[in-house]
Amino acid sequence: MTEPLVSVRDLRIGATTDAGRKVEIIKGVSFDIAPGEIVALIGESGSGKTTIALSLMGHARPGCRISGGRIAIGGDDVTAMSETGRAALRGTRVSYVPQSAAAAFNPAKRIMAQVIEITDIHRLMPRAEAEAKAVELFRALALPEPESIGTRYPHQVSGGQLQRLSAAMALIGGPDLVIFDEPTTALDVTTQIEVLRAFKSAMAQGGASGVYVSHDLAVVAQIADRIIVLKGGEIQEEGTTGQILHAPAHPYTRALLAAFEPRPHAAVPAPGHPAQPRPIIEVAHLHAGYGPISDGAPQAKVLQDVSFRLERGRNLGVIGESGSGKSTLARAIAGILPPYRGTVLVDGTEMRPDLRNRSKEELRRAQIVFQLADTALNPAHSIGAILGRPLAFYHGMRGQAAERRVIELLDMVQLPANLRFRLPGELSGGQKQRVNFARALAAEPELVLCDEITSALDTVVAAAIIDLLKELQRELDLSYLFISHDLSTVEAICDDVLVMHKGRVVEALPARDMSAKAAHPYSRLLISSIPQLDTGWLASLEQDPELVRQFALR
Amino acid sequence: MSPSLLPWYYVGQRFAIALLTLLIISFTVFFATQLLPGDVAEILLGQAATPEAVAGLREAMGLNAPALSQYAGWLAGLAHGDLGTSYANRMEVSELISGRLANSLRLAGVTTLISVPFALALGILAAMYRGSALDRAISICTISVISVPEFMLATLAVLVFAVWLGWLPALSIGGNADTLGGLLKTYAMPVISLAIGVSAQMVRMTRAAVIETIQTPYVEMALLKGASRWRMVIGHALPNAIGPIANAIALSLSYLVGGVIIVETVFNYPGVAKLMVDAVATRDLPLIQSCAMIFCVSYLSLITLADIVAILSNPRLRR
Repeated sequence: MTEPLVSVRDLRIGATTDAGRKVEIIKGVSFDIAPGEIVALIGESGSGKTTIALSLMGHARPGCRISGGRIAIGGDDVTAMSETGRAALRGTRVSYVPQSAAAAFNPAKRIMAQVIEITDIHRLMPRAEAEAKAVELFRALALPEPESIGTRYPHQVSGGQLQRLSAAMALIGGPDLVIFDEPTTALDVTTQIEVLRAFKSAMAQGGASGVYVSHDLAVVAQIADRIIVLKGGEIQEEGTTGQILHAPAHPYTRALLAAFEPRPHAAVPAPGHPAQPRPIIEVAHLHAGYGPISDGAPQAKVLQDVSFRLERGRNLGVIGESGSGKSTLARAIAGILPPYRGTVLVDGTEMRPDLRNRSKEELRRAQIVFQLADTALNPAHSIGAILGRPLAFYHGMRGQAAERRVIELLDMVQLPANLRFRLPGELSGGQKQRVNFARALAAEPELVLCDEITSALDTVVAAAIIDLLKELQRELDLSYLFISHDLSTVEAICDDVLVMHKGRVVEALPARDMSAKAAHPYSRLLISSIPQLDTGWLASLEQDPELVRQFALR
Repeated sequence: MSPSLLPWYYVGQRFAIALLTLLIISFTVFFATQLLPGDVAEILLGQAATPEAVAGLREAMGLNAPALSQYAGWLAGLAHGDLGTSYANRMEVSELISGRLANSLRLAGVTTLISVPFALALGILAAMYRGSALDRAISICTISVISVPEFMLATLAVLVFAVWLGWLPALSIGGNADTLGGLLKTYAMPVISLAIGVSAQMVRMTRAAVIETIQTPYVEMALLKGASRWRMVIGHALPNAIGPIANAIALSLSYLVGGVIIVETVFNYPGVAKLMVDAVATRDLPLIQSCAMIFCVSYLSLITLADIVAILSNPRLRR
């Protein structure tokens, strides 16, 4: 067997919490990486995957400390090095591709200067040579205008391009090991494909080893030779990609894989009879946008001519990539962003465009739940106070009656009653999202607009929220307008789906056989771009380049 | 609009706002000085003057005209550079001010030259070695200086350097500025008192601005490229902290405007502030108004300049 490039033995990393308590976040992790091998670190938030990856560069984020074990890169012990020794290692032998290239590029400096900075720090080659090498890398990473893209500032290129530029930045010093820290998580699916392909071919050409940190098994399946499954700072299972995908041994790995199982939603049959003449919501020719209004239309038109209807008790999914206008649709219906043209009918009653002109009764019927519970819940108010506000506002409930109802609401979202004395900061992400949802339920709505409510959650937690939504729907006779960029989530809960692109609805489909029935080229492109749990998926995926050029927002 | 012109559009906007502010200030200054107690004619003529003489003087000075038309006349004069005539000694206000203004500007200039590089260096050092003994020592010093009012600082300086040690004269007046020693003797005390107060604020604000940028992902990225601490801070953090730092400098220097009034009075330094304080004592309205306008204009220019630097340093507006 060849000598491993990276050898990690009994790695322990400790952290000091804000309260001064010391906790161990990595609890004795050991693994090897062979030269040229790509190893994935898989796990949910808090599993320690990024912490381990950064420790390979001898770096621990503020508040963390490598407290034990040994990390050897090509025989040199990183844990024993001085800070100067580690600085000499970074960029030349181990380099880093960040999660968000948009944040990792310095906004005040031109791209080229940042890409070749490693060669300047470590005096690797003269500037002209470095620039030539960078252009070569830009070309290999399929970047447009490789000759001149370096002269731009980071805000002048797209997110997918920046992510590829950050890979060029990592490869410029000819490293032995490249660390990819969730590099495609923040990208849209159609962009992700292009970036993954570029990474894969650049890594294959360079022959460097890689560590790929991700929470997404399907993405990892495309690029990694071996997968290490982490939870709570410990390795749960380690094996080749094939082994992990097809013969998982550990129950946690199986749970991760199970989150990928399609869980089709038993669609409520569309009422063929006229017993229910009025849909819960009917939207006709809705237009909305931002900016100063001239000639009756705002400067930036976001939503254009959106029409749909949703029958009572059914769920409608809205899918699309960032910038497609799906969140704007929810905001326009709720009246937060008053539409400038078109009508919204809730149960046959026309809603005034602006939220401020709507009556309490109109407001009560349609409630909106936002994506980030962290920002939607006031951190200074107790959960009881947060849920008490809509009770007082809509139903005039106070004192004991309100308290009883708060306990009931918490019970509905499967949270213990004593949680009402806590502050949002003391809850987990999943618990906060449940409170966020319970607040909408407090109004006793008929329609709930869910704006990406599972997107910021780990897969297992998100699946539990979806189950909860379905159960509440049966009990409370709710209808959901469910906005998401994640097609499998939409499939799990919706009856019908709208596909949005650049503010327009390009297609309306039954959710059940979305992939089979999609007819519009953009819907097909979007659906085919979702990574599959099959190691050969990316290699065998063929997309019409003309179509990609036309629709993908790169 | 072409994107390359966008920053200049914002700069023009800032200038327009500054001009409007200036107009409002002039209005406030004029009517505020009108509210000063006492009648000018009575003060000028003394207590023995007959009512007829007072009325005649009021008429002659145009004090019976409506306040608004007096304001309009004054503003028109200002626009032409005519600051009016002093009530107290019948001299042109502009003549009274010119020499004094140069003195004050020299004082402010020397203070700026010393305090800005000193404060920026200390602020950046404190941010780079955050939490270290150096950082804590700097923090303690700046907080103690900020908590002491400037008249106290100035008086302490007189007590220590002039009375106890006898190194420097207690007054700045009539100093010999031809030799280096003379120059030092004239300026040392007022400049030290002013610079200490001005720097303290600047150090704290610079430190905060740099620390904020050090915590961004792009500075961590520089660390992971193997950059040294100096490169991370000077090369990556500082260019993004220029806007906030320019504001910190402007805000601190504007403190000079208030600071000189006290320092010039304590050290009897012949500057505009001392002139203004004397003018208040003699109810010399044209002089007070002109001095007040000078202080407001310098404050406004500093703030506007900081805003313009912040606009021009924003890479998102660059092409």
